Amino acid sequence: MTQSESQIELLEPPPVGVVVEDKVAGVAGQSPTRLALGRFRKDRLSMIAFVVVAFYVVAAILAPILVKFDVIHPTALNPTLLNVDLGGVPNGAWGGMTWHHLLGLEPRTGTDLLSRLWYGMTFSLTIALTASVVAIVIGTVLGIISGFSGGIVDAVIGRMVDVTLSFPQTLMLLALSATGVALFAKILPGSQSDPLPNAVYEVLLLGLFGWPGIARLIRGQVLSIREREFVDAARLLGASRSRLYFKEILPNLWAPVLVQFTLIMPAYISAEAALGYLGVGIHVPTPTIGNILKDSVNYSQADFGYFFFPALLLAIIVVSFNLLGDGIGDALDPKADR
Amino acid sequence: MSISPSESHASEAPAEPKGGVVLGNPASKLDLSRPPILEVDNLQMYFPVRNSGLIRRTVGYVQAVDGVSFQVPAGGSLGLVGESGCGKSTTGRLITRLYKPTAGRIDFDGRNIANYSASQLMPLRREIQMIFQDPATSLNPRHTVGAIVGAPLLIHKVIPKKQVLNRVQELLEVVGLNPEHYNRYPHEFSGGQRQRIGIARALTLQPKLLVADEPVSALDVSIQAQVINLLQDLQREFDIAFLFIAHDLAIVRHFCPEIAVMYLGKIVEISDRETLYNRPNHPYTQALLSAVPDVKQAAIGGRRERIRLEGDVPSPVNPPSGCRFRTRCPIAKEICAKVEPPLLQIGKRHKVACHFAGELGNHPTAPITAGMLGVDDQGNHDPGASPSKDIGNSPGFSDFWFDLKTRTMAKS
Repeated sequence: MTQSESQIELLEPPPVGVVVEDKVAGVAGQSPTRLALGRFRKDRLSMIAFVVVAFYVVAAILAPILVKFDVIHPTALNPTLLNVDLGGVPNGAWGGMTWHHLLGLEPRTGTDLLSRLWYGMTFSLTIALTASVVAIVIGTVLGIISGFSGGIVDAVIGRMVDVTLSFPQTLMLLALSATGVALFAKILPGSQSDPLPNAVYEVLLLGLFGWPGIARLIRGQVLSIREREFVDAARLLGASRSRLYFKEILPNLWAPVLVQFTLIMPAYISAEAALGYLGVGIHVPTPTIGNILKDSVNYSQADFGYFFFPALLLAIIVVSFNLLGDGIGDALDPKADR
Repeated sequence: MSISPSESHASEAPAEPKGGVVLGNPASKLDLSRPPILEVDNLQMYFPVRNSGLIRRTVGYVQAVDGVSFQVPAGGSLGLVGESGCGKSTTGRLITRLYKPTAGRIDFDGRNIANYSASQLMPLRREIQMIFQDPATSLNPRHTVGAIVGAPLLIHKVIPKKQVLNRVQELLEVVGLNPEHYNRYPHEFSGGQRQRIGIARALTLQPKLLVADEPVSALDVSIQAQVINLLQDLQREFDIAFLFIAHDLAIVRHFCPEIAVMYLGKIVEISDRETLYNRPNHPYTQALLSAVPDVKQAAIGGRRERIRLEGDVPSPVNPPSGCRFRTRCPIAKEICAKVEPPLLQIGKRHKVACHFAGELGNHPTAPITAGMLGVDDQGNHDPGASPSKDIGNSPGFSDFWFDLKTRTMAKS
């Protein structure tokens, strides 16, 4: 048999130390994030959603400052503008809409509705944001550990997820509300009437019940990432567990984490509203979208504007956040179909 | 190449390409004066197979690597070839200790690292590194090239943080990349460039042994040659030993003076390049080599006989009895199912695991191993025979071997 005598055809080799290709020197590096940003910018709907969300966020940040400088008055009472005969409903159409009070007044107290909504947005968004961060951090860390370790650790975390998911979350929130808030009021500094204990209670419970879905999703992602060779390469270098988790794997999870974040935010904003309606969470006089809506339901016929504007505001932000989340998801993962 | 006094003993290297232009680097040569830096003895890796029920019982084992022994000389290279799923990559991963072997010895630089713990392995990580097959997945897409190549320095705290960038740029230059590109991301590079980044990372800690797991099989042919040349240059410059895992026989031939052929978790033939490519003695090696397309033959219209193996590689969960290759072997006989052939040394640097070892078309009719194994020609136990101990399956080569022609022991 004639064995192959073919010698590999070798091209003129570039000597060691000589640069092979140097065609595009001076072009700035484009990180995957930057490429995703480019794709995001081209998506008009997502950009609109982004502008709306940004508007809300900026407004929420500005609200406490505006209160301080007396531009908006969420607690100032205007009893003179109310119709005492009709049970405290504001005078005039649409809940007393005037140039001074663009969205009208609250019945019974006569506070400016725009001011209350504006300031309430700050509290609602803060609660939703903190709860989201709690859920995302717990979910991501447990998801990475669960997916990477496998075996018994994975099994234990998996059962924790199952138990948490099957827990009657809303009932728990309601039932424990009094004791929980009292507990936090004792631990935390400040007066009894402060909104802080209520807020902490709400954030912790929302966050502690929100992580399982995220943990499951992240675990799935980690299962595929850990099989890639760069993980082996890092282990071969003697990388520690924390380096593997947070330096090698976590940067590859920003896409799902970001998408989950933008999807859990609106869920928590509406959850805050729903809980406010059930009487859990921050109470009047501190405004939140939740407690404004709770109060306004009583006046849905007598003063429709009082109910309509908070609901509209809530709907817009929830829809915008969801669209933003979808847009970010598409931009980060262009191969995924809608 | 380092010209050592012992070069005259070295086996003959294949002829340089003739003609006007000298293409590329010459093939690497065997240097017998160097001691082995890596000695693997009877290495085994069994992966448990578990059933998928609630209680996951182990129902069997994938015998991915089953008793492999070889040596890699310091600064030299050993090629490991075989078809997919034969355990080459697993062997590489065992030596880098990404896996913990089920049994066997891995002597690296005089230390048996087979059972080292993670903390014991830490200093060793600097000495054994790996080049991965697919540069698209072996580089973290979210890290810049600088972070990737510099990571080993930071993990092992070799040099102060401030100097990492300088060192990274040096390394990029060594592997032929623009050092100014340290802040770019892997996806901005071509496949060949990415593989160079992977090589730079492996070089960062100045290892003594590099396991190259199919380092060029994901690249274009023209790029393959460049990367192979780079690896040869680096081997010479930094005196790195290579375990070169590949399925491309031409590349292995060029890069490795010694080559081991694996089939289903075992080495079936191990030899120097010349012997293996010109006078293979194992039917599997013969079949493998006959499958290499031959441009010269095609050009003159001649056709070389191709040995077609029938069937598929048997499952490593349940490998055939006796010789693992017998189910597809054209010359298998009764004995092959009963007794496993030892890896018998039949030449100065040539071992083969076959009862009927011989050059193609010249296989003996009676098993050459029967006497040593204490069995008759059909593989049944022979009470009269005196089996010799210690045949085969020790790493390296001995000064004595079994000469096939004279059927006696020979000495160099």
